[in-house]
Amino acid sequence: MSFKVSASVLAIAAVSATTAFARDNVQIAGSSTVLPYAAIVAEAFGENFDFPTPVVESGGSGAGRKKLCEGVGENTIDIANSSSRIKQSDIDLCASNGVTEIMEVRIGYDGIVFASDINGASFAFTPSDWHNALAAKVVKDGQLVDNPYKTWNEIRADLPAQEILAFVPGTKHGTREVFDEKVIEAGCEANGAFELHKAALDGDKKKAGKACMQLRTDGVSIDIDGDYTETLARVDANKNGIGVFGLSFYQNNTDKLQVATMSGVVPSVESIASGEYPVSRPLYFYVKNAHLDVIPGMQEYIEFFVSDDMAGPDGPLAAYGLVSDPELAKTQEMVANRTPMGALN
Amino acid sequence: MSDISYPNGAHAQKSLLVQDARTRKRNAAEERFRRMGLVAVTIGILALVGLLSSIIANGASSFRQTFVNLEVYLDPAKLDKAGDRDPAKMAKVTTFGYSPLLGRALAQTIEAQGISTEGVSKKEIEALLSKEAPATLRDMVLANPALVGQTISLQVLAQGRIDGYFKGRVTMESAELDRNISPAQLELADALRAAGIIDLRFNWGFFTAPDASDTRPEAAGLGVAILGSAYMMLIVLCLSLPIGVAASIYLEEFAPQNKWTDLIEVNISNLAAVPSIVFGILGLAIFINFVGLPQSAPIVGGLVLTLMTLPTIIIATRAALKAVPPSIRDAALGVGASKMQSVFHHVLPLAMPGILTGTIIGLAQALGETAPLLLIGMVAFVREYPGSPPEGLMDPASALPVQVYNWTTRGDPAFVERASGAIIVLLCFLVIMNIAAIMLRRRFERRW
Repeated sequence: MSFKVSASVLAIAAVSATTAFARDNVQIAGSSTVLPYAAIVAEAFGENFDFPTPVVESGGSGAGRKKLCEGVGENTIDIANSSSRIKQSDIDLCASNGVTEIMEVRIGYDGIVFASDINGASFAFTPSDWHNALAAKVVKDGQLVDNPYKTWNEIRADLPAQEILAFVPGTKHGTREVFDEKVIEAGCEANGAFELHKAALDGDKKKAGKACMQLRTDGVSIDIDGDYTETLARVDANKNGIGVFGLSFYQNNTDKLQVATMSGVVPSVESIASGEYPVSRPLYFYVKNAHLDVIPGMQEYIEFFVSDDMAGPDGPLAAYGLVSDPELAKTQEMVANRTPMGALN
Repeated sequence: MSDISYPNGAHAQKSLLVQDARTRKRNAAEERFRRMGLVAVTIGILALVGLLSSIIANGASSFRQTFVNLEVYLDPAKLDKAGDRDPAKMAKVTTFGYSPLLGRALAQTIEAQGISTEGVSKKEIEALLSKEAPATLRDMVLANPALVGQTISLQVLAQGRIDGYFKGRVTMESAELDRNISPAQLELADALRAAGIIDLRFNWGFFTAPDASDTRPEAAGLGVAILGSAYMMLIVLCLSLPIGVAASIYLEEFAPQNKWTDLIEVNISNLAAVPSIVFGILGLAIFINFVGLPQSAPIVGGLVLTLMTLPTIIIATRAALKAVPPSIRDAALGVGASKMQSVFHHVLPLAMPGILTGTIIGLAQALGETAPLLLIGMVAFVREYPGSPPEGLMDPASALPVQVYNWTTRGDPAFVERASGAIIVLLCFLVIMNIAAIMLRRRFERRW
């Protein structure tokens, strides 16, 4: 029965598929961090050009790149948004499916901020504090011990006497990678835990790095697999909690959240652009060049995205929280010439 | 009866007016059970009331929206440099060219009313208007180039925070801390409202407008989602009703009873319990990757939901067919009707109310489904309305539950209101469908 049903539905589907269709809208998928920016551009693009508004799907950076690499043809997507750089495995998958020319477009930078309830204490962190607060093993009296800290002032006397509780992005998020690398690992090196790990692991740097990023599992560090809205709800419910947010999300909720400084720098579009604020990452989208002349409006959309009107320092994307790329002119030229990306370095 | 169960003499002393211990115990048990039942019902009702009241408290305000009434001078020097009113050339002026025009118009209106703008910069005055406003104006001008050079009166959306202020979501205290709005802007908005330049009206756009990006929550609407859901329900109805009814009739009336039909029966019941995301995976593999149907299209969503709804309809239809007494079939066969005549002339019409009820409940279930749509690209930002069927079934579209999910993940707090409003709309559709199911059953059901 079940077979018969799917077979008959399949037959109907096959009949309808034979009525040939030509897709006339650009199809985009990928990172939920890039999604708001892509939606802003898509909306303005639909308003100002004679092409239909592109369709933007979320679903995660990795999933988007995988979809991009499924092959060439109108039922595959044209552009993948990504909050982390493409991996060699993606490029190999693309090549095996006939997607040979991919264009890498860097749209700007995104800051990652630490914010707590607006009415609570203010924080001034260093990466070392975060490693001490969340790592499974920390340095105490020159020894690696299981993390004993319960309140922030035990770590550093000038931090508030508040219970340690952190809502960090789950491992499926691109944000987590940046958090691990730029905060936890950097902190690990700063407070000396890295050297101790290395010594304990016979000098193996890679394993030491992994050991550094091992977070404690006693309920102090809570992984949030949902979006920033979930993190905000958790901070709202538990006033001691400190959440990890994207800069743009924080900027939309400044009436509920207060932001912590990192190494003495207040996160802002300016301090991230100048490189003073350490926790940031580039955002990308990847373009399937084979589709450029097939899907109407695709080239125009890409050029519009990186134009000064949109991605420039005074454009709507910067107003929403994207840190504009100082090398935007180079990107514009690359997009105009359709230069595919070279090998990863 | 014998009195074996009673101790000697006990029977004789028993009064009808005094309950004995066993009766009291039985009555107490009944009373306990009633109370527990009442508690269970109360918990259920409280949960429902809590859910509904939180949704309505958050979402009812989305049906009203703040508008700004403006007199805008459409400066030919800005909008039509060539001066020949050629829409193709005028289209070169983007929305970025229109927004200063609106800002200036608002500043002039404020000045004409004699309202003080102290502490509010020019840019902040312009920021009172939605970012959707220039697009509204541009569409108007391009549709009717003759407007250029005239002063037209126009109503445009106000910015989301202003809207939130009049709905109580934004307060002076929160504006103090908010980088998107200042208390001075709110005071100005208050003055404008008193002067009648800003007013709250019923929000038709919420039902007709497409989704909007994170920078303009005030413009976001359910238009594309309602259309997409309607298209999918159309497909589900057109496919699953005939297939489901035909399958049930065959299984119930014609198929021989053997281990194959038993196996099929077990499988149908199993299918009804399969998590809906599995159908999404199937849809991606078969309809998109194998058949080559487009992504994000209602046709794929409809097919996937059809697969999901079929077991529900088959089970309901079989139950309805079983409920028709065999005497009806026997009488039809007895007067010389063929098997098929007896089924289609007598059994099926009598089973119809039950079948329709099952179908409507299946459709309602499909209407609220998000998970399978996730994998076929319908959980997306879609702003273009799909065309009219049949071609429109291939165009990208969104769906109601998907829109709710989308809005709850957005950063701007104004989307919380929108999401709750969308839930109310979705609930209204579900209530209408379920009431229709109940009414059909009441009206046509026959009991034997």
